[in-house]
Amino acid sequence: MLSVTHLTYEVSEDRVNREIVKDVSFTVGDGEMLVITGPNGGGKSTIAKLLMGLEEAASGTILLDGRDLTPLNVNERAQAGIGFAFQQPPIFKGMTIERLLWLAAGEKLPESVCCKLLSGVGLCAREYLKREVDGTLSGGERKRIEIATVLAKPHKICIFDEPEAGIDLWSFATLVEQFEKIHTEKKESLILISHQERIIRMADRIMVVKDGKVESIGTKEEMLPKLFTDESTQCTCMDEKGGNGCGA
Amino acid sequence: MELDSITSGVLDVIDDKGFQQQGAYNLRSNGNALCHGDSKHIKIKRKEDKPGIDVFISGDARDEQVHIPVVITVPGLNDVVYNDFYVEDGANVTIVAGCGIHNDGCNQSRHDGIHAFHVGKNATVRYEEKHYGEGSGTGEKILNPVTQIFLEEGALFYLDTAQIGGVDSTHRETQVELKAGAKLQCTERLLTHDAQTAISNILVEMNGDGSSAQIVSRSVAKGSSVQTFHPRAVGNAACHAHIQCDSIIMDQAQVSSIPEINAKHLDAAIIHEAAIGRINNEQLLKLRTFGMTEEEAEAVIIENFLD
Repeated sequence: MLSVTHLTYEVSEDRVNREIVKDVSFTVGDGEMLVITGPNGGGKSTIAKLLMGLEEAASGTILLDGRDLTPLNVNERAQAGIGFAFQQPPIFKGMTIERLLWLAAGEKLPESVCCKLLSGVGLCAREYLKREVDGTLSGGERKRIEIATVLAKPHKICIFDEPEAGIDLWSFATLVEQFEKIHTEKKESLILISHQERIIRMADRIMVVKDGKVESIGTKEEMLPKLFTDESTQCTCMDEKGGNGCGA
Repeated sequence: MELDSITSGVLDVIDDKGFQQQGAYNLRSNGNALCHGDSKHIKIKRKEDKPGIDVFISGDARDEQVHIPVVITVPGLNDVVYNDFYVEDGANVTIVAGCGIHNDGCNQSRHDGIHAFHVGKNATVRYEEKHYGEGSGTGEKILNPVTQIFLEEGALFYLDTAQIGGVDSTHRETQVELKAGAKLQCTERLLTHDAQTAISNILVEMNGDGSSAQIVSRSVAKGSSVQTFHPRAVGNAACHAHIQCDSIIMDQAQVSSIPEINAKHLDAAIIHEAAIGRINNEQLLKLRTFGMTEEEAEAVIIENFLD
């Protein structure tokens, strides 16, 4: 179980500290899928980065199966069992996709396993194995490869930051199947940051983050009626185009 | 012939394909040709007038290899060698060169390999050269190669050079002349560290219509090392060329990248690009999310960049 308590993150602007994440607390049970949603700029991605150790929290604690991860750095948290898919994955000029998958897995994977990982995220595997992770790949392709790297080895909990961004509809359907598979078969805990209704509806629990705070959290049954019938909440949560959706 | 462990160890590093005393080969060790062999299509002859060999490659050679490594293990040795390669029309051959210096002494060890390739029409040559230095001594390890390549019509030359570390000083001079339809694909990879220095000058002259060249240079400069690259593509005919220089700079190192393109024909299309920068922090973070330490991630990025 992941347990996050009183997590706070600040940035300094013109010598004035501004809180980006404000006293955030939540848990993710074993095998549970938590979807974090909410308006852009609300602090969702920052929370994800704080969990992975990519940003340093001003205060708060993060426990994974009772172990305090708060003082650990990125690689130590990865070794502790957290997997992380970046919203905007970096390119690796000169590195093949196959090699990146090996590095992600921590071992040399058979070609068949690499193919399976890639096809699982909607890529025609054999065409891609020897391709470089460089600028010749589209944003959507890079995103799918990023997800495949997280799937390359088992984790206690995986964090996916807007996995749907930049992915076409067909691949999105494949991706949703992958998440369902991780959830139901692999029993790994999942945190998905998403604006997509189909992903939100997959959740066991849903957390709405707005202005750096947890605005609401609850089970799917509790939250879905609020998200999709409450006009004001829907307005802020369902936007996919960068604004708050009110003008749409 | 049985090789000592130091020589064998160096050969393992500089010859990726695995040096064996069979087929066509010539092992130069501490200034002398230690052993050599011919194959049906590749004949090696020792020069009479100066140190070095002439390598004759028949047009019947198909996907054949010749290995000509150089190993220096004696401190204080300054070795100069002249190797000439005569590749007949239509041949297809891989030449694996490379030099490794093991220096446990306090005097400098140096090797200047001066190579000339005369490549016939429509022949294909892949030339792989790896430079490496090691040893516990304070004596410098210096490698100053000169590579001249003359390509006849339709010839294809893959020039793959790498300096993988331990070389205190290098000054590389590469000159290539291409006739009509000839193609050059040049990849240069270079790692310097500590107070090492590296200078690489590449001059490619495209003298025939339809000739082309691609020059890719990738380097990593660590410590207080200094690198200077000056690849130059000259278009004297209807040709095309692309120069790409990428460098990763670390610590207090310095890199100068000076690609030069020179068109002397209306239909010469030549492009250059150069970039120098530190290790991408996003790449480091991504690899660390795989569980690697910062040092491990850095090593992977460098290895990958130079691979």
